[in-house]
Amino acid sequence: MPAPTAILPALQTRFPRLTLRASADHPAVNIPADEAGALLKTLRDEFGFAHLADLTAVDGGPGATPRFTVVWHLFSLTAHGYFRVAAHCADDAEPAMPSTTPLWPAADWHEREIWDMFGITFPGHADLRRILMWDGYPYHPLRKEFPLAGLPTELPDAEIAAEIPTKVIAAPMAGGPFVATTGELNLGEAEPRAKDESWNERREKPDA
Amino acid sequence: MVSAHTELNYDRKIEGDVIVSRLDSVINWIRTNSMWPMPMGLACCAIELMGVAASRFDIARFGAEVMRFSPRQADCMIVAGTVTYKMAPQVRRIYDQMPAPKWVIAMGACASSGGMYRSYATLQGVDRIIPVDVYVSGCPPRPEALLDALIRLQEKVKREPAAQRLFQRT
Repeated sequence: MPAPTAILPALQTRFPRLTLRASADHPAVNIPADEAGALLKTLRDEFGFAHLADLTAVDGGPGATPRFTVVWHLFSLTAHGYFRVAAHCADDAEPAMPSTTPLWPAADWHEREIWDMFGITFPGHADLRRILMWDGYPYHPLRKEFPLAGLPTELPDAEIAAEIPTKVIAAPMAGGPFVATTGELNLGEAEPRAKDESWNERREKPDA
Repeated sequence: MVSAHTELNYDRKIEGDVIVSRLDSVINWIRTNSMWPMPMGLACCAIELMGVAASRFDIARFGAEVMRFSPRQADCMIVAGTVTYKMAPQVRRIYDQMPAPKWVIAMGACASSGGMYRSYATLQGVDRIIPVDVYVSGCPPRPEALLDALIRLQEKVKREPAAQRLFQRT
């Protein structure tokens, strides 16, 4: 099997709408959403990319167009290389992408996770439920407009929620999120902590 | 004629095998020395909890080695790990299923306060859903710290008005 980069000219003749995608590591292409399934099937059946290594999504942020991008990482077990395919979702408000579960059963949980975290639907997926957050959670947490601390909502279980007054609250963000220091050999210094100690629950965050 | 009773000590011939004590102390003595934990292991703290149960630290020395995976047979829930909002109702339900009297140890930073998980997914301290008796600091705590928490819980249980509560209407 040829190296992943060597197949690009052949792919471009087969798929004229395919464009190269900026990439620091593996060969990467952009493909319109309606052709993504055909391209992935060709890569799997004719170019040896039998293994779906990863399937994820990117949110460009509110206002960006196209806002949501679905990204497939394929691995060739014969050429020992990765190949990245990205497809923009046409609709920014209700993004959707044809499911790749017919090609790779492994896409099942990945697509459920993308639905859960980004709110991208996958027509053709047999069982598109949330996988990390609970059913009925009203938000998609990895969208750019969603704060890390979270938004107030109800507990998952209605029976328990009726029994106790606890609600889902925004986590206290005093001093910012806990971040680990990489490359620090002193483990006491490397451990996760709030990096900005100048503000807390009692003292407001100074305006930058 | 009544003979003068000068014997003030415990007399085996008269009293037999009777010991006089307070009901509270007897009940609490029984409770403290066979506390059956419900291991609510949710994250890495559960590994330390296993360490506490194993030979080096040996929680059996304090009578709490009978880890019961059925809440119906447990009286001390050890919440060991990060409680997510998704898991929170289940933790509460398991607590509700434990027969009274019951106690809770929040083991580690996450169970006590949410720990380093200041995020949308994490319950900010298990005391928001169930009453906690003892908090253990650490991430994760050393096994000795959990043993210390157990000893402190035993001390707390020893002070409870157990007999009064036994006949209390609930």
